[in-house]
Amino acid sequence: MDLSQINPILLVASLMVAATPILLAAIGELVVERAGVLNLGVEGMMITGAICGFAVAVETGSPWLGFLAAAIGGAALSFLFVILTQFALANQVASGLALTLFGLGLSSLLGQSYVGIKPPPTPDLHIPLLSDIPILGPVVFSHDLILYLGIAIVAGVWALLKFTRAGLILRAVGENHDAAHALGYKVVRIRVMAILFGGACAGLGGAYISLVRVPQWTEGMTAGVGWIALALVVFASWKPWRVLLGAYLFGGITVLQLNLQAAGVAIPVEYLAMSPYVITIVVLVILSADKSRAPGSLGRIFHATS
Amino acid sequence: MSDILLSLRGLTKAYPGVVANDNVSFDIGTGEVHALLGENGAGKSTLVKMIYGLVKPDSGTMTLRGKAFTPAEPRAARADGIAMVFQHFSLFDALNVAENIALGMENPPPMRDLAARIREVSETYGLPLDPYRTVGDLSAGERQRVEIIRCLLQDPKLLIMDEPTSVLTPQEVEILFKTLRKLSEEGTAILYISHKLEEIRALCDHATVLRLGKNVGECVPSETSARDMAELMVGTALKTPTRAGRDMGDVALEIVALDAKSPSAFGTSLKSVSLSVRKGEVLGIGGVAGNGQDELLAVLSGEILTAAGSVKLHGRPIGQTGPTARRAIGLLTAPEERLGHAAAPDMSLTENAMLTGSVRENLESRGFLKWRAAQGFAEKIIEAFDVRTPGPNNAARSLSGGNLQKFVIGREVLQRPEVLVVNQPTWGVDASAAAAIRQAILDLVAKGSAVICISQDLDELMEISDRFAALNEGRLSEPRPTTGLTVEEIGLMMGGAHGMEVAHV
Repeated sequence: MDLSQINPILLVASLMVAATPILLAAIGELVVERAGVLNLGVEGMMITGAICGFAVAVETGSPWLGFLAAAIGGAALSFLFVILTQFALANQVASGLALTLFGLGLSSLLGQSYVGIKPPPTPDLHIPLLSDIPILGPVVFSHDLILYLGIAIVAGVWALLKFTRAGLILRAVGENHDAAHALGYKVVRIRVMAILFGGACAGLGGAYISLVRVPQWTEGMTAGVGWIALALVVFASWKPWRVLLGAYLFGGITVLQLNLQAAGVAIPVEYLAMSPYVITIVVLVILSADKSRAPGSLGRIFHATS
Repeated sequence: MSDILLSLRGLTKAYPGVVANDNVSFDIGTGEVHALLGENGAGKSTLVKMIYGLVKPDSGTMTLRGKAFTPAEPRAARADGIAMVFQHFSLFDALNVAENIALGMENPPPMRDLAARIREVSETYGLPLDPYRTVGDLSAGERQRVEIIRCLLQDPKLLIMDEPTSVLTPQEVEILFKTLRKLSEEGTAILYISHKLEEIRALCDHATVLRLGKNVGECVPSETSARDMAELMVGTALKTPTRAGRDMGDVALEIVALDAKSPSAFGTSLKSVSLSVRKGEVLGIGGVAGNGQDELLAVLSGEILTAAGSVKLHGRPIGQTGPTARRAIGLLTAPEERLGHAAAPDMSLTENAMLTGSVRENLESRGFLKWRAAQGFAEKIIEAFDVRTPGPNNAARSLSGGNLQKFVIGREVLQRPEVLVVNQPTWGVDASAAAAIRQAILDLVAKGSAVICISQDLDELMEISDRFAALNEGRLSEPRPTTGLTVEEIGLMMGGAHGMEVAHV
């Protein structure tokens, strides 16, 4: 065992990279759930985004077009969920599970000819001054654009929900859709937009895995990250900054336990492998002990009777 | 009141299988308090939804201040000065008062200004409110204030109120009426929907009566007796429940100095409650909702267990006895919440009859269910209580509130209870069905059963009960004979105007 092999600077830098897919997927799902919709298809939308982004990036040579395609792909898959749950009024849990299974299958099909290829690299930013700060610069300020976009989305969602009328209406629709409808708000339209936003975020998160984190394409490469994102939203009490905290905690422990494994710590690998899940859940359960609760209409089907 | 604000001509709206409004016409004058009367299903809600832009009429026209008025959505109606206070509060529990009010406005000012305006308007109309409190923590009366202030901030020309007094104490009703009269003097027209005839007589200038979607008559409430209005609503002469001469027997049920903690965090715990009810007697228990009614019912049904000696049936301690065992010895209960407490919504009427009737009606033997007998029992209830449903195999959820209420009350009455406890027996039931339910309760009493009737309808309690007591914050007042009791005395027993003093900040 040699803990000195673990480089703290690299650790923090890779923590931020490891956390970003979960962060993107979770903040999208948070908006969906605040609008009162439970979309369990995050995993399916992520993997679809992963292959769409990968394929387009490889074909065009531009990672940015790849990320754009990933967002569109994720949103397109979530539109299937929109049709099922908002127009056909199907059960949201069943539709979400179906979406995940469909997304996994579809991505394998699309990805058949992309196995073993390397995607074009996503360039890291070099922010003048900030990136030159010793230690902090390379750790925090020298990542790619999408990582910062993820943090910006969290801040944006927080500000939207807290300070704007659009956010208030979104919360109202999620809290009591019948009352919102009685006041004349377009419940279905607002929810459709939220679901598409959630799909686009999940798609971005998926592409971040296939283009930056890993970077290659293998079947089922999201490996349950979508489910973690779903759990994270609940344990974060539907609060944006807690989602960020949870994602970084999860990402941090994931990276740390990999490092510990490499360093040969005398703990069985299985315990190390499960530690990110256990610790993240424990911390967020403790945090969610306040009185905040789920949006009142979460998962309920809205049918305008008037 | 000479100039007409809103004029409705020939409004018709049909839904598959039912005509909700059939050629309805009437006028509302500026500053007029106009009552809209009718039984459940008479089409009152559909009519006001058309005025508020939630429903589009199939035919007919509306004219507002001489101009054609066709609101495509509530937003358009609000822009034209129409505001509405809903029967089922359209509030968001997790949001605070100011946020709730902002959601009902077109162009709300920034939160800080809005909060100041809420304080100002609420003080002006004697309806104090703190803008930053979470709505989920407010009482029913305070929630209604939120709705009213939401409307007032938009400076409405027409205020629609759908059964606003069902959750208020007499004193709160008086405050509400003062507010409404003040608004009316300032020129705001009010369309007031209710089936409480005495209130309409006290408040309204004019009344339109709907029956089965048609306008069947108009009257000036202050010059028409409540009975005449009721008969106009129902369409037939109304039967007043009659009580046969009663012999009071021994004490049937007794509660002695009972303290019970509420199982829910927002509930009211019972504090040293004592009462007794004799065979052949109806004990009426009034009080504003949420003052321990549900807890009292739970203590009597056996859902909350207490010290054995604090609840006694025929002198026998039953505080530790569970619900089924209590049913077996003749103590039956019918809770207030129809869907989910009194009846299982997705189960058929036969299954629901089985759920409470199995013990006393012998609907099971050695763990096997006798479905044919249960169906027979369900059919008996449907027939005896005129429950309108295609048959006993329909789900409880498919029945209208009033019909399901007749079913759940009938189910208990037909099991020949020795003591029957009912909570809100006629809640949401139309006048003729309510009379039938009250008659059934009185018939039961005439046969020697004892009845405890918990209700928020004071007229009902005065009509059927021999003694009256009120619950206030979990304490029960001393029961008093109903003959000679005045409304003021009842109001004081109920604890005066709830929260009015507290809310003056």
